[in-house]
Amino acid sequence: MHYLDNAATTVVDPELAQLCYTTMTTLFGNPSSLYKPGMEAERAVDHAREQVGATLKAAAAEITFTACGSESDNIALQGAAERTKKWAKNIVVTGYEHPAVAKTLAMIAARGFEIRAVAPDSTGHIDTQAFLDAVDKETGLAAFMFVNNEIGTLLDPVVLAKQIRAKNSRASIHVDGVQGWCKHPLDLSGGFIDSFALSGHKMHCPKGIGALYLRKNYHIDPIYGGGGQERGLRPGTENVPYIVTLGAAAAKYGPTVKTRLAETSRLNTLLRRGLAARGDITINSPADASPYVLNFSLPGVRSETMLHFLEAKEIYVSSGSACSKGAASRTLTAMGLDRDRIDSALRVSFSDTSNEEDVRALLAALDEGLSVLSRR
Amino acid sequence: MKEVIMAYQGEMALKGLNRKSFEIAVMKTIRRRLADLGKFKVYNAQSTIYVEPESDEIDMDEAYSRMQKVFGLAALSRAAVCDKDFATISALAKTYLADELNAAKTFKVVARRSDKTFPMNSMELACELGGDLLDAFPHLTVDVHHPDCQVFVEIRDYAAYVHPDKVKGAGGMPTSTSGKASVLLSGGIDSPVAAWMMAKRGLSIQGVHFASPPYTSERAKQKVVDLSYKLLPWTGSFKLFVVPFTEPQVYIRDHGVPVLFTVLMRRSMMRVAEKLSVRYGADALITGESLAQVASQTLKAIVCTDAAQELPVLRPLIGMDKSEITEIARAIDTFDISIEPFEDCCTIFTPPHPKTRPELAEILAAEAAMPELAALEEAAAAAAEKIAIE
Repeated sequence: MHYLDNAATTVVDPELAQLCYTTMTTLFGNPSSLYKPGMEAERAVDHAREQVGATLKAAAAEITFTACGSESDNIALQGAAERTKKWAKNIVVTGYEHPAVAKTLAMIAARGFEIRAVAPDSTGHIDTQAFLDAVDKETGLAAFMFVNNEIGTLLDPVVLAKQIRAKNSRASIHVDGVQGWCKHPLDLSGGFIDSFALSGHKMHCPKGIGALYLRKNYHIDPIYGGGGQERGLRPGTENVPYIVTLGAAAAKYGPTVKTRLAETSRLNTLLRRGLAARGDITINSPADASPYVLNFSLPGVRSETMLHFLEAKEIYVSSGSACSKGAASRTLTAMGLDRDRIDSALRVSFSDTSNEEDVRALLAALDEGLSVLSRR
Repeated sequence: MKEVIMAYQGEMALKGLNRKSFEIAVMKTIRRRLADLGKFKVYNAQSTIYVEPESDEIDMDEAYSRMQKVFGLAALSRAAVCDKDFATISALAKTYLADELNAAKTFKVVARRSDKTFPMNSMELACELGGDLLDAFPHLTVDVHHPDCQVFVEIRDYAAYVHPDKVKGAGGMPTSTSGKASVLLSGGIDSPVAAWMMAKRGLSIQGVHFASPPYTSERAKQKVVDLSYKLLPWTGSFKLFVVPFTEPQVYIRDHGVPVLFTVLMRRSMMRVAEKLSVRYGADALITGESLAQVASQTLKAIVCTDAAQELPVLRPLIGMDKSEITEIARAIDTFDISIEPFEDCCTIFTPPHPKTRPELAEILAAEAAMPELAALEEAAAAAAEKIAIE
């Protein structure tokens, strides 16, 4: 199998799966209970909090555990809107957000905010000057993606946050870091970013665990009520096994961000070269995108057709993005690409489990597919 | 409380000397559909079919719901059974029909007595019971002409039956009494409705679906399996054939006349479906074609498609509007599955401007230039995957 759809989800690390199982069966206590099994569970959760914090150079107290990246986005965005509603009139956002951000902002807009979406240009870049120009004194929230999930466009979150702060010191700044966490170096200790969302299953954890970084002294209200866990921000009995697993993933993959990034760059370059050699394949990802994601369009073969052709060879890639179940890519549409290019776009995404063999197998299969499959 | 379901025959009651075979068929279907719920006694008396559970544990709500999907039955009612004693009957009527009586403003009691030894005659029974019900439900008044609710009491040989008005049954003719046909299932809104309508007229069906991987996905095939399972409660078990159609379809794309592609492809599908029909004992094809709905379903196009093979093609939707078809799809709960967006082979390779009035002569000429198609169709039919829908 050549699994090249790591932006959709990743294979669960067997070590982490084992840890999850052990935790599930031994550390069963409710962290809020007063007796020993409860305290042991609580200690494990706190330890995981420190481990996740370390990957962001953040304090443990700045980490809230959630069920997924989408939930983290929701808590942060709704919290920011509530917090600034008295004076804020608009929200500035990058125009290629994941629905967890885009849809949530649409819900928030209905309560009286103007949404200023800064679309990517035809090269897939966000014009950061245009983004900053959209920020004014009435901006309550500025939100952007660390790494775009469909084409990989990379924004430096701290640099951009600093620039936003310079224009507006009151606005909340939220970063959807789901595709960038533990893949690119990150240091949130400067405090320029108010909230940062991350997800476990993009880093070899099981699906169902995420976290939200909230800068110390940045207070937001919870979006639903309950027993007060996670400082009231995400009530509900803590998912101890999955939290512990997320912490272990942070500890395992945090220290190797740079080496893995270098290796992934190498694979990405290998693939780009291979695709360039085939003449009529267009790369949709910008040249300076995160190497973890590569989006390209094939001459005249529909994405879904090639996807199934590759599937028969156990090579797994994505068309559009996984959560749209085959609908046209939002990002490519926002870039203003023509229909043909959008309908034939494929997304390859790497993880540290990817290797040269995967790239070679993909290129060989693409060759075969292009010669055999229907052209429009 | 003991209950019994009574089912009233529909059109089959008109079948004269053949009526018995229809009755046997529908009772066989009833027995089969209810088999896993427990033991039932199913018998026919004076054109009413009685379905009696042999234990009190049986889920009668489920049984009644399943009976409403049995073709051949025009109406159903569900009766409570008790001893033939007036006080018992009265008490039963008050509780069993409470919902109906509370919802109604006017009512009427209809009494029948087949046991002539019962002390009251029908008139007396109706009056007495009517009086008791007026006392128990003071908001009610009696209306013998157009009552909101009718209360039926039947004094039979071994027990008394109390029941409300009949409800409509599935209608149609009993499954399998009309023979067998192959229905071409695409996964769209129309073909499942066509299948249901023909099953209603007593046909056993087998499904034929064309898959063209990698152009079509597993999800499109799963859609058709899911639709088949939605038809199952109405049709009973059947076979779904999934035909690997990539080679014939690619061949037509490469060697056929592009503007005639869709009609050429449909003819090819009809021929494959004919082979599967002949092989498995089906005497007709069923399609969801509706006149003028899409380019391949203009009159001229249908003339060309029809000429592809010898078996009669049943097109129950031919005169229906999309909205009428959709209404049925919603009623039989196939609509939501049908609108899931997975590409089926009817839409791939479609030319941007298909010819809407193809002539048979040019279709035949195009086919003459595709000599290898017949062999590919033969191979596709032979390689069909058989899925048991049961």
